[in-house]
Amino acid sequence: MTDPRPVPVALPVGPPVTRPRRDALLPALHEAHDAAGWLAPEALDAIADRLRLGRAEVFGVASSYASFAFTPRPRRLRRVCTGVMCVVAGAEAPGADAPGVVASPCLGRCEQAPAVLDTDGGRAVAPVAPAPVPQPPTERSLLRRVGVVDPSSLDDYRAHGGTAALGHARTLGPAAVRAAVTASGLTGRGGAAFPAGRKWEAVAAAAGGPKYVVANADESEPGTFKDRVVLEHDPFAVVEAMVIAGFAVGATTGYVYVRDEYPEAIARLEHAIDAAGAAGLLGDDAGGLGVPFRIEVRRGAGAYVCGEETALFASIEGYRGEPRTKPPFPVDAGLFGRPTLVHNVETLANVLTILDPSGPRPETKLFSVSGAVTRPGLYEVPMGTTLAEVLDLAGGVPAGRTLQAVLLGGAAGTFLHPEEIGVPLTVEATRAIGATVGSGAVFVIDDTTDLATVVLGIATFFREESCGQCVPCRVGTVRQEEVLHRLVHGRPLGSVAEEVQRLRDVGAAMRDASICGLGQFAWNAIEGAVDRFGVFGAST
Amino acid sequence: MVDPRRTATAEFADLWLPIDVGADIPLAHAIAHEIIAAGLVHEEFVARATTGYAEFAAQVADWTPERAEARTGVPADLVRAAARAYATAPKAQLCWTLGITEHRSGVDNVLALCNLALLCGHVGRWGSGLSPLRGQNNVQGGGDMGALPNRLPGFQAVTDPDARARVEAVWGAPVPPEDGRNLTEMFAAMETGDLRALYVLGENPAQSEADATRARRLLAGLDHLVVQDLYLTRTAELADVVLPATAAWCESNGTVTNSERRVQRVRAAVRAPEGARDDLAILVAVADRLGADLGPADPETMWDELRRVSPLHTGMGWARIEALGGIQWPCPSETDLEPSFLHGRLWADDPADRGRPAPFSVVEWVPPADPLAPDYPIRLTTGRRLDSYNTGVQTRRFSSPLRFGETVDLSPADAADLGVAPGETVRVVSRRGSVEAPVRIDPGLRAGLAFMTLHFGDDVDTNRLTVEAVDPKSGTAEFKATAVRIERIAAPVGARGGTPAP
Amino acid sequence: MSGHEVAVTVDGRPVVVPEGATVLDACTAAGIDTPTLCFGDTVAARNVCRICVVDVAGSRALVPSCSRPAEPGMEIATDTPRVRHARRMVLELLGSSVDLSLTDHVEEWNARYGADPDRFGPDAATVAQPVKVDNDCFVRDYSRCILCYQCTDACGEQWQHTFAIAIAGRGFDATVSTEHGVGLPDSACVYCGNCIEVCPTDALMFRTEFDLRTMGTWASERQTRTDTICAFCGVGCTLTLHVQHGVGDDDGDRIVKVTSPHSSSVTAGNLCIKGRFGAGHVHP
Repeated sequence: MTDPRPVPVALPVGPPVTRPRRDALLPALHEAHDAAGWLAPEALDAIADRLRLGRAEVFGVASSYASFAFTPRPRRLRRVCTGVMCVVAGAEAPGADAPGVVASPCLGRCEQAPAVLDTDGGRAVAPVAPAPVPQPPTERSLLRRVGVVDPSSLDDYRAHGGTAALGHARTLGPAAVRAAVTASGLTGRGGAAFPAGRKWEAVAAAAGGPKYVVANADESEPGTFKDRVVLEHDPFAVVEAMVIAGFAVGATTGYVYVRDEYPEAIARLEHAIDAAGAAGLLGDDAGGLGVPFRIEVRRGAGAYVCGEETALFASIEGYRGEPRTKPPFPVDAGLFGRPTLVHNVETLANVLTILDPSGPRPETKLFSVSGAVTRPGLYEVPMGTTLAEVLDLAGGVPAGRTLQAVLLGGAAGTFLHPEEIGVPLTVEATRAIGATVGSGAVFVIDDTTDLATVVLGIATFFREESCGQCVPCRVGTVRQEEVLHRLVHGRPLGSVAEEVQRLRDVGAAMRDASICGLGQFAWNAIEGAVDRFGVFGAST
Repeated sequence: MVDPRRTATAEFADLWLPIDVGADIPLAHAIAHEIIAAGLVHEEFVARATTGYAEFAAQVADWTPERAEARTGVPADLVRAAARAYATAPKAQLCWTLGITEHRSGVDNVLALCNLALLCGHVGRWGSGLSPLRGQNNVQGGGDMGALPNRLPGFQAVTDPDARARVEAVWGAPVPPEDGRNLTEMFAAMETGDLRALYVLGENPAQSEADATRARRLLAGLDHLVVQDLYLTRTAELADVVLPATAAWCESNGTVTNSERRVQRVRAAVRAPEGARDDLAILVAVADRLGADLGPADPETMWDELRRVSPLHTGMGWARIEALGGIQWPCPSETDLEPSFLHGRLWADDPADRGRPAPFSVVEWVPPADPLAPDYPIRLTTGRRLDSYNTGVQTRRFSSPLRFGETVDLSPADAADLGVAPGETVRVVSRRGSVEAPVRIDPGLRAGLAFMTLHFGDDVDTNRLTVEAVDPKSGTAEFKATAVRIERIAAPVGARGGTPAP
Repeated sequence: MSGHEVAVTVDGRPVVVPEGATVLDACTAAGIDTPTLCFGDTVAARNVCRICVVDVAGSRALVPSCSRPAEPGMEIATDTPRVRHARRMVLELLGSSVDLSLTDHVEEWNARYGADPDRFGPDAATVAQPVKVDNDCFVRDYSRCILCYQCTDACGEQWQHTFAIAIAGRGFDATVSTEHGVGLPDSACVYCGNCIEVCPTDALMFRTEFDLRTMGTWASERQTRTDTICAFCGVGCTLTLHVQHGVGDDDGDRIVKVTSPHSSSVTAGNLCIKGRFGAGHVHP
């Protein structure tokens, strides 16, 4: 067996490294934080000295992540989700008098709302929850193994069709694999819906190396939990898809960047990587493809913006999770400035269905359904299924309630009226009504919920998650929340119309002039609430 | 990076070679040995552009990295790595400061480095070469102007009749055909009574000379001492006549020349204090009293005179320097600029253009003059700190957050052996004298190595310790290698039953 | 590759710029004055203030002109309603949260773009905080900081490699900080002052200037600037001496600030503590 991971990064305490190891910073911060429950100044300085980084820089990087505490805090921690899905379900932010209980942005457990997560030294305390996938396995494609196989067993994975796509890829060769992905019409499932095949061809053609494959599992869009379910219940699928991607584009190293709020997913993925390494699926001759491929898991530290691909690269590299200007695009200059193929977990999972030896399976899409439905959970439906059909699958709004709105696409998404739910959930159809599928989050709001409060919650979320790099987002999200706060509390500065004009002015600048999608979409849902729902009585 | 201390610069280095003080020639020879043994000599360059290779190669044949390790303290593997990195780099420079030159073998140390550059052809091309990093803003310019005992302006030899004739024609006065005395020879002449009057401009030898006790005795014993300075320095306090001068860099107009031979303009920005006069004006006035007319005390006029006597500077009109912001010599043409590097001729195809080949130098190692011994077991080396300048005459007048005064810096191991704590005042004793200074522990120092500066001579006269062992070729003293011992003054911290400190 | 040229249009006018030139360069070549705040001439463009944005045909969002390379055929618009609005909002957002009173051009730009920073009311959050005065060389007034990143880049990997300061915290709470916020004397700072050199808002200020301003004796109309060469080593850095001729009742000359020309081929505006702060010895 060869080592399934590229390089050891969680350096033990010991002599300083010979060259600065910025890329080892985030794992080192986690190591220290897990051990103590918080990051003492001495611990931060020791990490800086050991990795030969500036102490101010290490402090600057660490303090950009919400997961890290800088005052004493117990190792054993209860995170209370204060995402809007859970607040609507009755969650309340913990008070300052409960030292081991902290508020958390959306935990990605919206089907359990109000959700909590108990950890000790970063590891989950409770057993992994059963997969929230109500549909029977026969009706699923991407999710066909979820809840069916033992996620710790490579043998079980194989017994349920696992590694068949890898074998098929070996037969096809890299160019034909890329052609198959292109021919499938697969588009990115993280929200931007960029054609995957174009990325694969671009990375394969890019000059320079080494090249990287990055799985974006920093699933932080409120209301979204599809990647968590896949990682927890079918982790070998992610490994297999990455090996194939590396083979097809000429990359030898893969990173999976998983958000800190998914400790069970991280544990199961780590186990899968070890098992895959032992079986030769990773290592010097990964999966018998004749080329090396290794995978390293990187754990995020509480930053929504790190779901943006360039911020994610910065985070892996040991910089603050701040997005970079594009161009250059990741296919040319991504992780460590090298050509990089970056995909969301769901997108990667599709690679296995495209390369099914019996022919490509029909394209499907995952939807995380939460809120006012009878059966919240993860649903897999054929492309083109309408929102109404998805809501029906989830059992519809509970008896006695009335549908008020659906927030489609998470905090960066759009509020839809009940009369709009006939829309097919495709990029084109949703765009036609001014909405977006986004990450596939479907948050259902009934008539008992005050929409203005939801809107204010969204504004607070963006203000808290802005990295602070560019002016429109850094200050704009503050001004947006200030206005909404005044409006929700009935204390407008001047007329309501003036306040709404402030929102529009700030929102337009954020959309037009922010560096990344966070700022560009921070006004999106709020604009819809104002314009489509007239939440503040001024819809002009 | 070669340095006895792990300095801040060493933190950036791919390779840090922790050399024992004074072992520069063994290290250079070992690197040369490795370059030759590894077959990395630039054969074509050596054959076409150098002489003396065979003798040189024979000399370094014995200096294996292993043998050198015993002298230098640098592990043989590091020497090999450095040699290969230097020899295989497309471009490589050797830059040095006083750590090379402030030894009694200072010139030979430099020649040993020149050998390495010749061996690899790392000279005469853009991005490659040899560069002494000057410690003062006009060390280069002073030499360029002829303020050396054996040189006329433009580095022309005093002994060269053609050069003398050219200068005499412009100056209208004869130039003595023999070399003058360097600083060390002047002090030696004071000792013998051959030199009895001295005119010091902008130097503070009472504090900056090695073996300062001797230097002060000799200065005080002169028949007549004139000091021209910004301040009443310790040297000026000994003077018969003090000529108050303006600060050349901000109260006068003129030029200075930096380490890369770039001539740049200094300009008066503030009015000088009442009574202070420009250096040039003072010299012209003194000459006038002596009956010589040096012309107007105008820097541009004086500069134009230089351009007539120094071919290196002929093309550098005052207006051109202003327009370009600075010009590197040589600059013989008023219209063209020469390449920014020297010795490019060595690469010429035509032997006539190539000119005189560059000689390899066979230099022998001379260990430091002040040997370590059981009585004096610690090697003290001296140097500068970032925020201070030489004897501190100028820099002590600004409030630096980095400054902590003079200390004797010890390695953690030596401090532990001696049982001394940071801040504790100890006595540092050499064969010439002793000083007292507080201890500072520097993890960048290896056991057996101590460090002090000369910035705070009024408080801690470090140069009482240093040795007046002089390089006969340069006249520079061996400030970098003094043998000392550290003596405790107070009772050990926390000692029981000791006498309480007064 | 040098010598190639790129043809673009700026507001409909054809402009040719050298390959590698930015959109900002193209705008300048077209004679258009583009406001910039975070853009500095000695550090890589960070494009974080977003005041220099322009409309580029085919691009959904506005484009930061300071960092985007000009590409053949680019159609650049600098005066569209979107561009004017974004610039106005950047001025309002910064003006309502940061003290820009010492920042060049802000009044002029506010007028040009119709910006009214007061429109967010008196309770709008700001970055106001006490001035950090912890050494005799320079002070840090982060009430004036727009987070342009130039000081951290100059301190860090683009020039000084000291890494005494970095951006810490995030969002609106992000600030320039030493480790754990310790004072400069306890940090890695070497007082090169290269951060002051690049600061566009005077958030970083010589202690002399700060003290004179505090005492009301700062008089820029009585100041001259003279270039000379530093006396303290052989590098040969150019110093621009800012001399005030008369301070209060004293009619003597006083060096109140030292900068360095960014165009200097020797050190591109960078100095060390001696050149930046060591001039005091010429004063009695």
